[in-house]
Amino acid sequence: MTVRKLAVVSAGLSQPSSTRMLADHLSAATVSRLEEQGFEVEVTTIELRDVASDIMNNMLTGFPSPKLESVLEAVTGADGLIAVTPIFTTSYSGLFKSFFDVIDNQSLTDLPVVIGATAGTPRHSLALDYALRPLFTYLHAVVAPTGVFAATGDWGESADSVKTLPNRIGRAAGELAALMKDSDRSSQVRDPFGFDSVMSGVGGFQPS
Amino acid sequence: MQFGLFSVSDITQDPTTGKTPSEHERIKAVVAIAKHAEEVGLDVFALGEHHNPPFFSSSPTTTLASIAAQTSTLQLSTATTLITTNDPVKIAEDFAMLQHLADGRVDLTLGRGNTGPVYPWFGKDIRQGIELALENYALLRRLWREDFVDWSGQFRTPLQGFQSTPRPLDDVPPFVWHGSIRSPEIAEQAAFYGDGFFANHIFWPASHTQKMVAFYRQRFEHHGHGPADQAIVGLGGQIFIGKTSQEAKAAFRPYFDNAPVYGHGPSLEEFTEQTPLTVGSPQEIIDKTLGFRDYVGDYQRQLFLIDHAGLPLKTVLEQLDLLGSEVLPVLRREFDARRAPGVPEAPTHASMLAAKNAAAAAAPDAVAAAPGSAFGLRSTTGA
Repeated sequence: MTVRKLAVVSAGLSQPSSTRMLADHLSAATVSRLEEQGFEVEVTTIELRDVASDIMNNMLTGFPSPKLESVLEAVTGADGLIAVTPIFTTSYSGLFKSFFDVIDNQSLTDLPVVIGATAGTPRHSLALDYALRPLFTYLHAVVAPTGVFAATGDWGESADSVKTLPNRIGRAAGELAALMKDSDRSSQVRDPFGFDSVMSGVGGFQPS
Repeated sequence: MQFGLFSVSDITQDPTTGKTPSEHERIKAVVAIAKHAEEVGLDVFALGEHHNPPFFSSSPTTTLASIAAQTSTLQLSTATTLITTNDPVKIAEDFAMLQHLADGRVDLTLGRGNTGPVYPWFGKDIRQGIELALENYALLRRLWREDFVDWSGQFRTPLQGFQSTPRPLDDVPPFVWHGSIRSPEIAEQAAFYGDGFFANHIFWPASHTQKMVAFYRQRFEHHGHGPADQAIVGLGGQIFIGKTSQEAKAAFRPYFDNAPVYGHGPSLEEFTEQTPLTVGSPQEIIDKTLGFRDYVGDYQRQLFLIDHAGLPLKTVLEQLDLLGSEVLPVLRREFDARRAPGVPEAPTHASMLAAKNAAAAAAPDAVAAAPGSAFGLRSTTGA
């Protein structure tokens, strides 16, 4: 059976965390879509709070701890990514941004991504499209058209009754699964010491 | 194997006393440290280049000339000379001059520099860092090896019939190391010319240094300079020695915790585990340094950083005493015992001159026809 690797990043801070809950729902929906189509899915779920000090240490020293390095490998070597953050002060959380700041800015190229966010009120929902989407566009990731925003009310009776949260999750998962089907990123991880990259025209050594 | 010091030339407040040395104090201190390095038996002293505070070393050849005048055996080098923003003509001239004054005790390490604004200050573009390093070095090599150079390139005014002066001592250009932290292109450049490769090593995990050095060795062999295990490799490292492990950690911790390059991030213990930093007893320094060989192979030059993070001169000189008496003799003996047969020493002026003379005696016409051909590493590895 063909394997696809899915990385799930949650920047939620509390436990239990509604951010993690949204991440898990998106993950489960994506896995079932891919399994329906005959794929085996390996899921790696990452709570950024578990590597929070490692992320800051990487910023200060320039290199990741062994623990953070395995997290970075799971994300950069995946076929698809689900990235979910709480919205703090109009945007993604500092922890979420810091994590993507320590990732090599070329290593998410072509990576299919579904973006998600949580907040207390639906008034923050546009943060998905003015903050998260540009971040991943800058990194040359392929951001699925549907982003999933969950306000506190979405988990209960004040939820949107026309496009319910499960409905939105299902739509985003379908888009991610379709992109992941065609992704072969996990089978071709880039080696900076590989012959082609060093000998290529871009920065490669071509003595006169 | 060569052992020595390399200084990043920082001026940092001593966190235990609140005192910050003046530029003058620190500049005089670095000369004192270099002199004492020779006295305790070290082989090399290398000085970095910076053009911004908190660093003092904008003019390494001036400083190294002063050290040369006050020492007799110490090999003088840099860590690093900025091949990107310096004019290669001036590098050719400055180091040839230093080479004469120091009677040949000179080599240099080229690097691209680690401060972004240095590029615009000197009229260059950081996005062309690699291209600058390649073109400038190609010209530097020619200036040292050809009496009259016609040249044009992308980054510098063309030269017509230019002769850099003075000519290298005995017509033997200084040996060049290429220093890099993370650019395979620079390892490739070192391998292409058969020059030395210096892996900064400090502040970086062993796995990373291992990949860089392995790549350089593979490419060294590919370009026909000899077997991969005989390529010329240098490594950095940083140490703080105490009589006991506990004493060393207690003495160095306030410096580590507050230093701009380390502080407020991982703990001393985490950093020690993840990088070459060793803070401990002489035996711990010996064990960890010998361990570098396990992941880079037999190498030719080990430089230690010891005069940083605000450590006062007195402490640095005491560190040198411990290094020379307790650590160095064991490292020399153990590295010698472990070295595989055929691995060459780092080239020096004497070894390169001997190789050149041997080549001239063997084939006088060929050497006269191609003055550069005898200076390559290939002819020196057997010396």
